[in-house]
Amino acid sequence: MAGLAAKFGSGAMTNSVAEIAENDALLVIGSNTTENHPIIGLRMKEAVAKGARLIVADPRRIPLVKFATLWLRQKPGTDAVLLNAIMHVILEEGLEDRDFITRRTEAFEEFEASLAPFTAEFGAEATGVPAEDIRKAARIFGSAVNAGIYYAMGITQHSMGTNNVHAVGNLAMLTGNVGKRAAGVNPLRGQNNVQGACDMGCLPNVYPGYQSVAIPGMQQKFEAAWGGTLSGKPGLPATEMTGAMLAGSLKGMYVFGENPALSDPNTSHSLKAFKNLEFLVVQDIFLTETAELADVVLPGSSFAEKNGTFTSSERRIQRVRQAIASPGEARNDLAIIDQIYRSFAAGSVAEYRLPDAAAVFEEAASLWPEIAGVNYQRLDKDSICWPCPAPDHPGTPFLFKAMFSREGGRALFTAVPQVLSDELPDEQYPFVLTTGRELFHYHTGTMTRRSAGLNAVAPEAFVEINPVDADGLGVHSGESLRVTSRRGMIDLKARVSGIVPPQVVFIPFHYREAAANLLTNDAMDPVCRIMEAKVCAVRIEKNMS
Amino acid sequence: MIHLTIDDKSIEVPAGTTVLEAARQLDIDIPTLCYDSRLKPYGACRLCIVEIAGFPKPVTSCTTPAADNMVVRTNSALLHRLRKTTIELLLSDHPNDCMVCVRSGDCTLQELAYLYDVRENRFSGGMRDHNRPDANPFIQRDQNKCVMCGLCVRVCEEVQGVGAIGYSNRGFEAKVCPPFEKDLNCEFCGQCVSVCPTGALSGKMWAGQPRQEGVKLTDSTCTYCGCGCNITLHSHGDRLIRVSSKKTSHNRGWLCVKGRFGYDFVNRGDRLTTPLIRREKGGALEPASWDEAVQFVVTRMAGIKEKHGPDALAGLASARCTNEENYLFQKFFRSVIGTNNIDHCARY
Amino acid sequence: MNSEITVNVCLGTGGIAAGSEMVMEEFRKEFETAGVKNAKFGDRCKIHKVGCRGFCARDVLVDVSVGDKTWTYQYIQPEMVKRIVKDHVLGRQPITEWLVGDDYHTFHDNQKKVILGDLGKIDPESIEEYVAVAGYTAARKALTQMTPAEIIETMKKSGLRGRGGAGFPTGLKWSFCAANESDDRYIICNADEGDPGAFMDRSVVEGNPHAVLEGMIIGAYAIGATHGYVYIRAEYPLAVNRLNMALEQAKEKGFLGKKLFGTSFDFDIKVKLGAGAFVCGEETALIASIEGERGMPRAKPPFPANKGLWGKPTIINNVETLANIPAIINRGAEWFASIGSEKSKGTKVIALTGKIRNTGLIEIPMGTPLKDIIFNIGGGIEGDKLFKAVQTGGPSGGCIPQQHIDLPVDYEGLKSVGSMMGSGGMVVLDETDCMVNISKFFLEFTQAESCGKCVPCRIGTKRLLEILTRITEGNGRKGDIELLQELAEDVRDSSLCGLGMSAPNPVLSTLKYFRHEYEAHINQKKCPAKVCNKLLTFFIREDMCVGCGMCAKACSVAAITGEKKKPHHIDSSLCIKCGSCFDACKFSAVLKE
Repeated sequence: MAGLAAKFGSGAMTNSVAEIAENDALLVIGSNTTENHPIIGLRMKEAVAKGARLIVADPRRIPLVKFATLWLRQKPGTDAVLLNAIMHVILEEGLEDRDFITRRTEAFEEFEASLAPFTAEFGAEATGVPAEDIRKAARIFGSAVNAGIYYAMGITQHSMGTNNVHAVGNLAMLTGNVGKRAAGVNPLRGQNNVQGACDMGCLPNVYPGYQSVAIPGMQQKFEAAWGGTLSGKPGLPATEMTGAMLAGSLKGMYVFGENPALSDPNTSHSLKAFKNLEFLVVQDIFLTETAELADVVLPGSSFAEKNGTFTSSERRIQRVRQAIASPGEARNDLAIIDQIYRSFAAGSVAEYRLPDAAAVFEEAASLWPEIAGVNYQRLDKDSICWPCPAPDHPGTPFLFKAMFSREGGRALFTAVPQVLSDELPDEQYPFVLTTGRELFHYHTGTMTRRSAGLNAVAPEAFVEINPVDADGLGVHSGESLRVTSRRGMIDLKARVSGIVPPQVVFIPFHYREAAANLLTNDAMDPVCRIMEAKVCAVRIEKNMS
Repeated sequence: MIHLTIDDKSIEVPAGTTVLEAARQLDIDIPTLCYDSRLKPYGACRLCIVEIAGFPKPVTSCTTPAADNMVVRTNSALLHRLRKTTIELLLSDHPNDCMVCVRSGDCTLQELAYLYDVRENRFSGGMRDHNRPDANPFIQRDQNKCVMCGLCVRVCEEVQGVGAIGYSNRGFEAKVCPPFEKDLNCEFCGQCVSVCPTGALSGKMWAGQPRQEGVKLTDSTCTYCGCGCNITLHSHGDRLIRVSSKKTSHNRGWLCVKGRFGYDFVNRGDRLTTPLIRREKGGALEPASWDEAVQFVVTRMAGIKEKHGPDALAGLASARCTNEENYLFQKFFRSVIGTNNIDHCARY
Repeated sequence: MNSEITVNVCLGTGGIAAGSEMVMEEFRKEFETAGVKNAKFGDRCKIHKVGCRGFCARDVLVDVSVGDKTWTYQYIQPEMVKRIVKDHVLGRQPITEWLVGDDYHTFHDNQKKVILGDLGKIDPESIEEYVAVAGYTAARKALTQMTPAEIIETMKKSGLRGRGGAGFPTGLKWSFCAANESDDRYIICNADEGDPGAFMDRSVVEGNPHAVLEGMIIGAYAIGATHGYVYIRAEYPLAVNRLNMALEQAKEKGFLGKKLFGTSFDFDIKVKLGAGAFVCGEETALIASIEGERGMPRAKPPFPANKGLWGKPTIINNVETLANIPAIINRGAEWFASIGSEKSKGTKVIALTGKIRNTGLIEIPMGTPLKDIIFNIGGGIEGDKLFKAVQTGGPSGGCIPQQHIDLPVDYEGLKSVGSMMGSGGMVVLDETDCMVNISKFFLEFTQAESCGKCVPCRIGTKRLLEILTRITEGNGRKGDIELLQELAEDVRDSSLCGLGMSAPNPVLSTLKYFRHEYEAHINQKKCPAKVCNKLLTFFIREDMCVGCGMCAKACSVAAITGEKKKPHHIDSSLCIKCGSCFDACKFSAVLKE
């Protein structure tokens, strides 16, 4: 999100989901929307049914391709070059929005110059997408009145993820498709409350509401509100915590409702790191792979057992309500944190109580002006998309209508150079592995693999491999393959399919028994500190054991 | 705008509004089985017929666009007779097993039979026998209860874009089925189940669960991806027994397979039900009391902070948990522990 | 056709079924062996295949023209050809005992042939022959001398109404379509003739396909369509074949394709085969079928003229409607309007079948009295039985009793007595037909052909059939007549498409005119026409029985006993009333009552 924040001043979907149906052109890149965001996918299909033109850019023939006007099958890790080439053509053919560029952006000239080498032919060479298709994409996107861009981890989970995000943002700015209805730059959030966790300050460099710990005055503001002395030093991002754990500088961790031991790239590395900790607390509803390593496991509550709010991908704050009681001694998560909070402050075990979620939300709202107008009374009637600065403010379906949140109010063009993935295929590891999700499972499978039905229709891990490659290996669907990278090795069944191009294989990362992240590369984006889960080099062999 | 009169009430509607939509705006109740405001009109159930002055015979209000100066009657002896005959015909080919039907109390056909007081059936005769087992874990098909309203076929095509089902056979033997009558091969979004007006489609997981008595409905938000779909949790005691979604929600009642059917993890037997503590390094996790666990956490974390400073501690918050929990969690780390080592898995 | 000797052989489906291909082959051979071609006439002799001339019951029909005189032979079989060639062609001595009789001429002379005129005269596989009878002159005239608006005006003035059944004014329909703003429009020829026993459209397409194409070209120009479809059932292989041939020929001649007749107008036609669903004759179902969807009707509005194929304004005209158009353009609206009755103009092609002497395809001016059709053209009832009713309009039509025998056959006339024009089927019934059984027969058809979309048609027709079935099987209940009446009305009034709306017509019209037959079935458990076996008692007249034993052999339940050469006896307690003995007896000794 750092990429978008640098360009616009904040990083979230600029537009709401309902507006998708009003797009007349859509670019979906690095998002398998219908499988990973099925209901957002429905809006895309609705737009197509209404006559919108859909461009899908994805190395895999994802289900959305069926609805696409144009499918660009770029090589994994070449998204920015593809976007640059599209923008080159847009400029070449005069399809850019000069008025928007002049009124609402800065640094265009440097940016324009940076695009010079990225001709359609250059793009074709680098990405594998025919030059004519690059031109077609430029014409479709550049000539649309309302064009929206939708992306997900396929853009961000790269060692050059921030660059990719910049390229996406540049395209929207170049064509004047941000700051208006039914357009925008729209990162689709992978989990139900990623947006909320960010909003609430679960980031090492910002307090709630993206208020930087490094800005003078912020520390004082929050000290005044919270009491105690706050640190002015930005903390460690999660991806760097692994290193700190291994180095021994990070000794104790409290993991709440996550399973990093399975979801982190280069899993064996992260398992080692967690084992190296002096003390690990895990609060969860199941004994996850991470919890198994813990010194203390605190049984928490599922979403059906608590009150609170989630904030969806489109910045929509919505109520979560308790329907049932938690099993056994399992407790409300907010109450657990609250008790530890007070016990730690007091130095001894404080009395257990159930805090009022509404009051906690009100406290957060009092510290972040963008949600100052949101409260439970309003949320009980209807959900609200932030910003919503006042009680009578209706909420904001799309951002930056009048100005961007950066200082000066303008969006920033950023030149994006060609950067190669950290690990490219070579003689020893000739295949590119890309990872992702499938429709029937979610994340590390903690919930979905415990759902009898979901597990019945998608019971086991697989590796998608192109028929050409399968022929070369003499392997058929259902036969076992061994996939090896520099970091690990897993055995799993082959699924021979044209969904992946030759020389590329795909593995969903839901399955602990064949954890894709044992293979993936923990190389990081230098700005965002996100790991390169989408591209690494692997070797494939028929499994004889 | 178009002016028309329905049952002596006048109304103004935009061009393109159907007579049915206009009537609903006036809170005039017209029965329907095959209508859904989210789908294209279909005109198959023939229940929404109305009389329009100047039209030679009743027409379906769901397919008739409102026109200027139209005078519409939604109820008359003739309309009542025709609707009742239609309901009676449907019931003449419908298993009379509401007592044990999973959709009892949540069935449009049942409600219509009651409202139109269809008791004995003048038309009893041959009945369909279409059922065949279906191996999927989610969707229960009972085709003998199908009224051929086509909602399932249309939602699968128009909304989901999948087209997993269609029609086969003609006349009385016509039925909804997957191509070549194979097992359902679909995304299992259950949109079809959600629009079915009878017991023809239901969730396999609903079978044997309470229908009304003691069932509590709670509006909430889905816990899976970032779409943030509104859902309604159906619970009985401490069990989640069904998930549905309202048409009026921003997701228009549509859900995916995970949101609609992936809720049973909540009631799984392997849920953590007691705190666990590893009392010594290398030892096993053992059950503990909450007081012991909390004390253990506080002592050990305080010890590390004491010895190595606050930055030797870190918290990983959750992209799955609530705003309030995440807020309190980061506040704990920042204001009590004194470190900004706080992050979550947004990057993954 | 200017040859000295011309032999016309009917190569319509009816003719082929009777063996006309072999007859034709035989003529070829005989002409060779007898040396007709080389020795005697050279190029001046011709064996000529022609389309159906309507009197299929007399097939194989063969015309022999010598000079300008023509003789017509009926019931010709291959082995008869040799003598025709020897005696008539070479010997100039017609074989009088094989020639058609006066009834053949009565059959034809009482008709007026606008559509069928060239059938039976020209070779349907030759565009040259169509052109020779002024073919495509109307299209040329329309495209080069008339504006679309003038054509539509001409159609309106002519009074032409849709021949597919509903009788909607063609010109008006075209004007609706033309009035829509749209980048594209379609014209579709509905050749999905589905009524059992109807073969009007098939015969026209088989016998004169170019007339239909020409009508489409004119229609397309009038409404601004650049693409047309002929939707025709795959069960009409000969018609499909000749249609495709005609399309090829028309394209070669430049009558279809780009810049027709040197104008800027482009138009092309594709053939789309239907799979034989009756409901696909309904225009919205037909459109769905062309689009690749299941052939199920869609609710109207929107009407196809506004939003039809692929959502574009679309005109669907029946084969016969289209075949009228060239004549109207060439001869004028006034000429056409001068034929027929006040509100129904022109002629109507009718498939005349049932208990009538002369069955076949006929064409009459609208408004011709029923009586004239049945007793003049049709030659009266077969076997001198009593006329009971005539069923018109196909399975969706009604039965018209003796009391309306003077009824003028046009849209209004038929409707006024509870029947309809439909596509033009006419089944004559006599005193041996049971009207309850007749309406059951038609319901069997319609309920099986219902698409299943709407409730009244899907379940209602099934229930109507069930009630009729139980009445004919002696299980009719008190109140069944009222129940039939109510259900039939409800199905008629609440069904989605024309199929369901008209399916109850046979029931309603027979209830109206033959209620006593229903009452007899239900109350006295009798079938007055002695058709419904379950209501009859079978017995053997001793004085007629020769004791051959055939009846006993045929009886599947061993209800018949008797010694050889002595009268047999039926045990009515065992008899299941299947009627096998009745059919088996060659001495009319088995009676039913």
